[in-house]
Amino acid sequence: MFYGVTLNSRLMLGTAQYPSPAILQQAIAASGVEVITVSLRREGRGGADFRRLIAETGCRILPNTAGCHTAAEAVTTAHMAREVFGTNWIKLEVIGHADTLQPDPFALVEAARTLCADGFEVFPYTTEDLILGEKLVEAGCQVLMPWGAPIGSGQGLRSIEGLRSMRAHFPDIPLVVDAGIGAPSQAAQAMELGYDAVLLNTAVAKALDPVAMAGAFGQAVSAGQMAAEAGLMPRRDMAAASTPIFGLAEL
Amino acid sequence: MRVEVNGEGMVPRANTLAELLLDCGFETAAVATAVNGQFVPRGARVGHRLADGDRIEVLSPMQGG
Repeated sequence: MFYGVTLNSRLMLGTAQYPSPAILQQAIAASGVEVITVSLRREGRGGADFRRLIAETGCRILPNTAGCHTAAEAVTTAHMAREVFGTNWIKLEVIGHADTLQPDPFALVEAARTLCADGFEVFPYTTEDLILGEKLVEAGCQVLMPWGAPIGSGQGLRSIEGLRSMRAHFPDIPLVVDAGIGAPSQAAQAMELGYDAVLLNTAVAKALDPVAMAGAFGQAVSAGQMAAEAGLMPRRDMAAASTPIFGLAEL
Repeated sequence: MRVEVNGEGMVPRANTLAELLLDCGFETAAVATAVNGQFVPRGARVGHRLADGDRIEVLSPMQGG
């Protein structure tokens, strides 16, 4: 449940960097996603066409505050997004450094506190830091979105054990791996760790065939979710024969 | 009076934010506005008088990740 909303598809897709609007539209359809992320930028040519396109997808919109570097910028952007999209959902990004695109944890908590108090339903882009996660939950966040790796890097889950700890530390908070995923296997891995969803953009948009890759990610996330629900076997350090010894011939 | 609209300097004929948006040809129902970094809700545009040096941002949905 993401702020009271149940999602069948646990993949969330960004809408940037696709070769064309038509391919974006087909990729959304092929992925089966119910949530897409969208930004706010200066109104210019093509704005009306894009508004029509996102309305036609029928998806729930998760507006973001991408590009904001201060809490004040993010809060203003969130208010503008709420008016334009008519939703309290906001993917809160407060970037700490232009090169790493790592979140600024201090400004993130400050902005989250302000927005939650103002009725927003905040999806904070954070790290796997547990104390930061606690501060965000105290601020009123009911979802946390740790990064897998730096945005757009396609490195996958850089800190698997950290993400595993985070899952164990916040058993009742929906957790979404946001950013850094490069391949469907990595998205499946996040779901196998018990994460509730995966949010990505570049891995689909920059694939040779974004529509086919969107489908691959949709299936991988679904497979990972099934695997997590089915319960993975415990890992062992040594081999353990799967074929029974009983009845073995003496030759 | 001189203001900036989405980073471009101009001398507006309008006195209010609502008039300015119309003069500039924006689709007023589809955009969100901020003046000097502060959000100005749709309903407050009519009463929002422009001042010299105002930095006005007019934003709309765009591709994002």
